[in-house]
Amino acid sequence: MADLYISDETADDVEIAAVDAALGGRFVIVREGERLVRAGTSKRHGHRHLLLPALHALQNAKGWISPGGLNHVCETLQVPPAEAFGVATFYDLFRTDEPKRVGDVTHVCVDAACQIAGSGDRIAELRAQGVDVHESPCLGQCERADHRTGEVAEFVQGVGGPDRVDADERPYELFHQRGDDSLRLLHRVGVVDPTSLASYREHGGYAALAAAIAMGPDAVCDAVADSGLSGRGGAAFPTGIKWRAVAAEQGRPKHVVANCDESEPGTFKDRVVMENDPFAVVEALTIAGFATGAENGWIYIRGEYPLATARLQNAINQALDAGLLGDDAAGSGRRFTIEIRRGAGAYICGEETALFASLEGFRGEPRSKPPFPTTHGLFQEPTAINNPETLLNVLDIVQIGADGYRSRGTERSPGTKLLCLSGRVARPGVYEVEFGTTLGEVLELAGGLTGSGKLRAVLMGGAAGSFIDGSYLDMPITLEDARERGTTLGSGVVMAFTDEIDMVEVLVRIAQFFRDESCGQCVPCRVGCVRQHETMVVLQQKGSLTPERRQLVDDISQVMVDASICGFGHTATNAINSAIELGLVPGVPS
Amino acid sequence: MTATFEPTVETTVSLTIDGSTVEVPAGTSIHKACESVDIDTPTLCWAENLTPVNVCRVCVVEVEGQRALVPSCARAVEDGMVVETDSERVRHSRKMVLEFLGSGVELDQAPELQKWMEHYGSDTSRYDQYELPALKMGEAPKIQDNLYIRDYDRCVLCYKCVEACGDDAQHTYAIAVSGRGFDARISTEFDVTLPDSACVYCGNCIGVCPTGAIQFKTEYDLRSVDDWRPDDQEITRTVCSYCGVGCNLELHTQDDTIVKVTSPADHSVTSGMLCVKGRFGWQYVQPLDPPTRKRSR
Repeated sequence: MADLYISDETADDVEIAAVDAALGGRFVIVREGERLVRAGTSKRHGHRHLLLPALHALQNAKGWISPGGLNHVCETLQVPPAEAFGVATFYDLFRTDEPKRVGDVTHVCVDAACQIAGSGDRIAELRAQGVDVHESPCLGQCERADHRTGEVAEFVQGVGGPDRVDADERPYELFHQRGDDSLRLLHRVGVVDPTSLASYREHGGYAALAAAIAMGPDAVCDAVADSGLSGRGGAAFPTGIKWRAVAAEQGRPKHVVANCDESEPGTFKDRVVMENDPFAVVEALTIAGFATGAENGWIYIRGEYPLATARLQNAINQALDAGLLGDDAAGSGRRFTIEIRRGAGAYICGEETALFASLEGFRGEPRSKPPFPTTHGLFQEPTAINNPETLLNVLDIVQIGADGYRSRGTERSPGTKLLCLSGRVARPGVYEVEFGTTLGEVLELAGGLTGSGKLRAVLMGGAAGSFIDGSYLDMPITLEDARERGTTLGSGVVMAFTDEIDMVEVLVRIAQFFRDESCGQCVPCRVGCVRQHETMVVLQQKGSLTPERRQLVDDISQVMVDASICGFGHTATNAINSAIELGLVPGVPS
Repeated sequence: MTATFEPTVETTVSLTIDGSTVEVPAGTSIHKACESVDIDTPTLCWAENLTPVNVCRVCVVEVEGQRALVPSCARAVEDGMVVETDSERVRHSRKMVLEFLGSGVELDQAPELQKWMEHYGSDTSRYDQYELPALKMGEAPKIQDNLYIRDYDRCVLCYKCVEACGDDAQHTYAIAVSGRGFDARISTEFDVTLPDSACVYCGNCIGVCPTGAIQFKTEYDLRSVDDWRPDDQEITRTVCSYCGVGCNLELHTQDDTIVKVTSPADHSVTSGMLCVKGRFGWQYVQPLDPPTRKRSR
C-alpha cells in the first residue's frame, strides 16, 4: 500500500460493511507501492470527497467513529489518519470517543425560537425519561416551536437505523398558504405529491427546463441577469452575474451546487421546499447546469434534514430513470448528473467556500476570497453555488421572462421572498410575500403576536442578522429598505419576541451559538466569539457591564468585522450590538 | 514548496502604500511590497518557506474599496491599489489579534510577538478582570520522547507545523488540526503519542513553530531549570555529514554543547527543512552522559 502510516487497530465486520455500502464499490483500493508525494497527493484527492459519506457510515454503524473504523476508511480512501481525525472532530454529528451506551441520540434545539418555546423544559423531561439528549443548535424546524404546546424541534440520530425527525411522521400542517395560486415559489407545496415525478409534471413540473433548453444557455443567463434575481442566502449577490461568470469559463470541469446547508438559526424555508417540492430543486439545478455549462450538480444538505435528503434522492433517481438527468439530460444534448452530500452538523459549512472544503473531504474551514468560486470553487474549479430558494426563482424566470418576473416586487428587489416566521406569532411557518410587503403586514399574515401580545423586538435574518423594534413595522420588506434602515433580510428570518421574554438569556444563547460554531481557523473569530460570550455571561450574572467591559464589546466587534476571514466573523456580533443599540439590554448603555 | 507569488510574467504594477508610490513585480504579495519600502509588518502564520494560510490576521492592511481588511501575506498587489498599513482600523485589528492570542495562550517565548504587542498597546489583562476568568488553552506539555516536546498551552494555531508536516515539506501528515473553534488543537489521530503516529521525527514542525509550542527536548530541559541563554549561544553553519544531499545545518551551541539544530529557511537545498538525522543525529559529536538515546518506537 501507499506510504501512509496506519496503526494496528482494525475495523470489525459491521464497520467494514457499513463503509463499503456507503462507498458503493465505486473505486479500487490502492495497494501497490506508491510514494505519497505529488502524484500520490493528487490520487489521494481523487477519492477524498467520499470521506464524509464514509464517516457518516461509521457513525451510524456503531454510534461513534472508532480508531479501527477510521483506519479502514483511511486505507480505502488513502487519507492520512490524522487528517481524517481532524475532519471527524470538526462535526457535531460525529463522535470519536466511545459512548457509554450505544443507541439513538435525541438532538433538541436550544436556539432562540425553541429556547423561548421551552426547550429547557423539554430537555429535562426527556432526560428524566432516560433519553440520551444532545443540546443542538437550530434544527431548522422553527415553525414547530410553540410555547403554547411546549413543542420544540427534535432530531433523532440513529445507530444501526436511519436518522429521523419524528414530527415528520405527522401530516405537514404548518404551511398556511396552501393552494394559493398567486404564489410563485410555493404554489406546489402541499399540493403536489413530493414523491412522484408524474405528479410534479401534472403541476407544471419540467416545463421550465424545456423552456430553458429551447432558449439556449446564453438566453437563460441573460434572463436571470435581467430579472434582477439576487441570492437569497443573505449576501444578495446578483445570480445572473455569477452564472455568466461560470458560463464564460472554458476548458475545465464545472460545477453547480445547491447550498442546502440551511443552518442559520430561525431559517427553515429551504427545508419546507425540499421536503414538499423536491423535484423543483432538481429541475432548477439542472437549469443552472445547462445555463452555466456545468456537467456536475451537487446538493450539499445539512445532516439534520433526513426527510428532505430522502425526498431529493428519490427525485434524482426518478429524474435519472426518466432521462431528465444523465448523459443527455432532458434531450439537451448535455450530460448532467446530481450527487447528494450530507453535512454533519456545522453551521459554518453553509458558507460557500467552507461548503466546498467540507464536500471535498476537508475540514469545513472557509477559504480566502479572492479567488472567487466562479473561477476557483469546488475542487478549485469554476462553480456556481445557490440555495434552493434562489434556484426556485429561475423556474419562474425562464417561463414568464424577466419582465414578467419583475412585475412583482420593487424595482431594486424584484420578485417574491420566502420568510420564516417564528417566535411569538400565532401561526409560525414559511410565507411567500411580494417584496415591498411591510413587516407589520407580514406579522399579521402569521396571525399576529401571541404571548403577552406586546412586541419587544424582531430578529431579522437570524443569529447573523439584527434585532429591530416596533418602530420598523412600517418597513417594506426589500433589500434596499432593510439596508437603509440598518438591518438585513439575511436568510428571511422574522422571529418575534414579546415583552415577557428575557432578552439577555436570548443574547447569551446567541453568543454561545457563535462560540460553538466558529470553525476556529482565524484568530479574531476563534477568540473573539469566546470573549463575546464571556462578556454576555458576565452581563447576565452582574446585571450590568462596567465601562471597561462595555468598551470591550465594541473592541471585540470591530476586530471581528474588520479582520475575520469570512462572513461568520463579520456578522457574529451583529445581533448583540443591535440589541444593545435598541436598548434591549438593561444595564448596558447604547 | 509552492512558490505562490513567483511572478510568471515580468510585468510591474504600481500601487500606493501609505501615500507613497511603490512599483513591484506583478504577483508580489502586499506584505512583500511593504517590505520593499521598509515597512515592517507583523506576521505569525506566514513564513518564507510555507504556503500562506492567512489565518492569524495579524498582518492585515486596509485596501481602498474593500469592506474588510485584507491579509497582506496572501493578497497579491494590483495595479492602482491603495494600501494603508497604519490606519486606525489596522492598528486596532493588530492590537486586538495579539491581545486575543495573549489572553488565551502563553507567549513568553515569542519575543517577536511581545515586541509587536508593545508596539500596538495590546493589554491582555483586560480579559482577566472578569469574575469569570478568561478561557485559556490550558494544556499540559506532551513529553513523549527525548527528541522534542509539544506544549500546546503556547500554541496559537498558526497551522505552520501542519503545513511543514504535510504538503509544504515532509508529506508525512502525522498531525492535523482537530476539533473546532476554541477547542481546535493540533493533534495526531485520536491524540496518540508521536511514536505511535506517522511522525518520522524530521523536526520540521519545530523549525517553523513561532511560539515555542514545539521545541527541542534539550531546550525544554534547559528552560525548565532557567538555563536557556540564547544570548550566550553560538551558531555554527556546517554541512550535514549523513548523505550527499548537502543540507546546511546551523548548530546552536551553549557552553560548547549542541542544544539545537536548524537550517536556514532561505537555503537552496533545504528551505529550512531537515530530516531526522540532520535534526537530531548529532549526539555522536557529544555522546550524552549517561547514554540514553533510547527511542521508544
